[in-house]
Amino acid sequence: MDTDLSSQDRKDLDKFIKFFALKTVQVIVQARLGEKICTRSSSSPTGSDWFNLAIKDIPEVTHEAKKALAGQLPAVGRSMCVEISLKTSEGDSMELEIWCLEMNEKCDKEIKVSYTVYNRLSLLLKSLLAITRVTPAYRLSRKQGHEYVILYRIYFGEVQLSGLGEGFQTVRVGTVGTPVGTITLSCAYRINLAFMSTRTTAEDNAAVYPSVEDSQEVCTTSFSTSPPSQLSSSRLSYQPAALGVGSADMGYPVVFAGGLNAAHPHQLIVPGKEGGVPLVPSQPPHAAQADQERMAMCTPLDGAHYSAATPSSSEDTETVSNSSEAKSGSPHDILETIFVRKVGAFVNKPINQVTMANLDIPFAMFSPKNIELEDNDPMVNPPDSPETESPLLGSLHSEGSSGNSTGNTHDDFVMVDFKPAFSKDDILPMDLGTFYREFQNPPQLSSLSIDIGAQSMAEDLDSLPEKLAVHEKNVKEFDAFVETLQ
Amino acid sequence: MNCRSEVLEVSVEGRQIEEAMLAVLHTILLHRSTGKFHYKKEGTYSIGTVGTQDVDCDFIDFTYVRVSSEELDRALRKAVGEFKDALRNSGGDGMGQISLEFYQKKKSRWPFSDECIPWEVWTVRVNVVSLANEQERQICREKVGEKLCEKVINIVEVMNRHEYLPKMPTQSEVDNVFDTGLKDVQPYLYKISYQITDSLGTSVTTTMRRLIKDTLAL
Repeated sequence: MDTDLSSQDRKDLDKFIKFFALKTVQVIVQARLGEKICTRSSSSPTGSDWFNLAIKDIPEVTHEAKKALAGQLPAVGRSMCVEISLKTSEGDSMELEIWCLEMNEKCDKEIKVSYTVYNRLSLLLKSLLAITRVTPAYRLSRKQGHEYVILYRIYFGEVQLSGLGEGFQTVRVGTVGTPVGTITLSCAYRINLAFMSTRTTAEDNAAVYPSVEDSQEVCTTSFSTSPPSQLSSSRLSYQPAALGVGSADMGYPVVFAGGLNAAHPHQLIVPGKEGGVPLVPSQPPHAAQADQERMAMCTPLDGAHYSAATPSSSEDTETVSNSSEAKSGSPHDILETIFVRKVGAFVNKPINQVTMANLDIPFAMFSPKNIELEDNDPMVNPPDSPETESPLLGSLHSEGSSGNSTGNTHDDFVMVDFKPAFSKDDILPMDLGTFYREFQNPPQLSSLSIDIGAQSMAEDLDSLPEKLAVHEKNVKEFDAFVETLQ
Repeated sequence: MNCRSEVLEVSVEGRQIEEAMLAVLHTILLHRSTGKFHYKKEGTYSIGTVGTQDVDCDFIDFTYVRVSSEELDRALRKAVGEFKDALRNSGGDGMGQISLEFYQKKKSRWPFSDECIPWEVWTVRVNVVSLANEQERQICREKVGEKLCEKVINIVEVMNRHEYLPKMPTQSEVDNVFDTGLKDVQPYLYKISYQITDSLGTSVTTTMRRLIKDTLAL
């Protein structure tokens, strides 16, 4: 094979490949320094700019690259790799990318070394410049600083992708065929983030989060599966946690991650990758426990909500509003239906007597003659009251009048304070019940009544000329004011 | 020789139009520009050096690399600015496309003018969306950034197929292949045009940019 290639061409090709490898390393490392790169174009060739591209040479990087190459060139089975990793200030580290410069056996004998190969290598370097800004690690590297730094490592030989975790993605930068083989440049990058933490306590995890959270959020925003559009789902799913709610319950993506971290330092976690629910296919026991803990945290809250809600739906005596839900409509319907009294949450005494009349009259236990006075019972035959929208209001009126009426007819009638749910007894001067009663029937706004509205409109129109006259007198003042605004 | 045609589609918010278009066009031109040629007596030539610089977008979570040439950047910004204005003023549903065409000039005898033979056309179809609130804008920033990452990968993939490129010209032919008017870099001859689609889906107008004067010399 080599005899087909002239010795000069062979020398040139080896030189091109060597310098291409060195320039590749420079481009990759410089793209991860965290700064914007800027080099100047020069119309006059200086002779030292390989591949007609202005790529600076950082001496330390060149030194490391040459050390790794040790005089060899990328060949079949011997690839040059640049590993980019992230290291936090706490000492956790993680591989982000592996850039591979490989050579395979597919040769292109016809290609001209000094011209076509050189130009194509130049094109490949330009592609590398573009692609290094596009992989997730770029945005991470731009934000490195106090919390984490980006590191690089160059090695030569077999490509090691195991440190990238599961589900890593690959992007091919390009290929160049040569008479001795095809050069391929590609990048394998991590999708899922996990910090290899040896810490297991919750406090430590909590301590890690404030610093890690930032970068973790950064990581998830920058990271992508392929296609990168999936990033948006992880970002979106982060938002519920971010938007929330300061309570530990709602912060669970991070908590969850902590639990999983404890169990599997190498486990890959994408908070909210699967549309908001951190799913791990095979849950290790610790993770399951964490999950259960989370559920346990949630349940009492839910339960509390639920139990708080029940009195309003089932309780009959304490909260008058319930009666509206228990019955289907107006008080007249009560006569037609039979209810079983439910004991509400805040009821002190169980009520044994169950009658139709008792069901809906508040404080029925205090009016023993209700059954006989059914016809006079305002609940059954409500007095004329102003139109009210909710039966609640009607019954309150009734209650008031029933209180009055029964007070008139029964001296031993005891006025019991209206006790709405959740209210505390006699602690506040203005408790919920009092407030409710006082503001139950506000008077109608005078401006809303038609007559008054019409009157005021007429008055307004009449007074307009006078007002205009006054304003015209003060024109100069207004102008001066406007000028001060400008 | 057939003209290679590539189409890219993006959906952006109004204020992202310019940056998204510049990102795509600059990425393409990065691959389609060389250093300035300096011809020597024996017919050989040397090539100048192309510098590059990173550009951070203000309205998109994205950074792209462009050739370090202020003249080229100005020319692209002007074209993209006109496209953006046309898109905004169209009053339609905010759809349009901008095309970057690489061509070769073929000299013809008088009275015929030179022919422009395109060999690669990149078309970017743009759909402008309007967003209701800041939260949506934030999501759009990231989404469009991701989309542009995809587009760059697509562009690089096409570029590295190593398909037809005009062969390197002699000194006398260099202006038929390259735009030698810039002082620091030398892109292949190109022209940018755009079309705005009105709400009926028909293209309303095309505006030719750059070098149209040459083709209409007669």
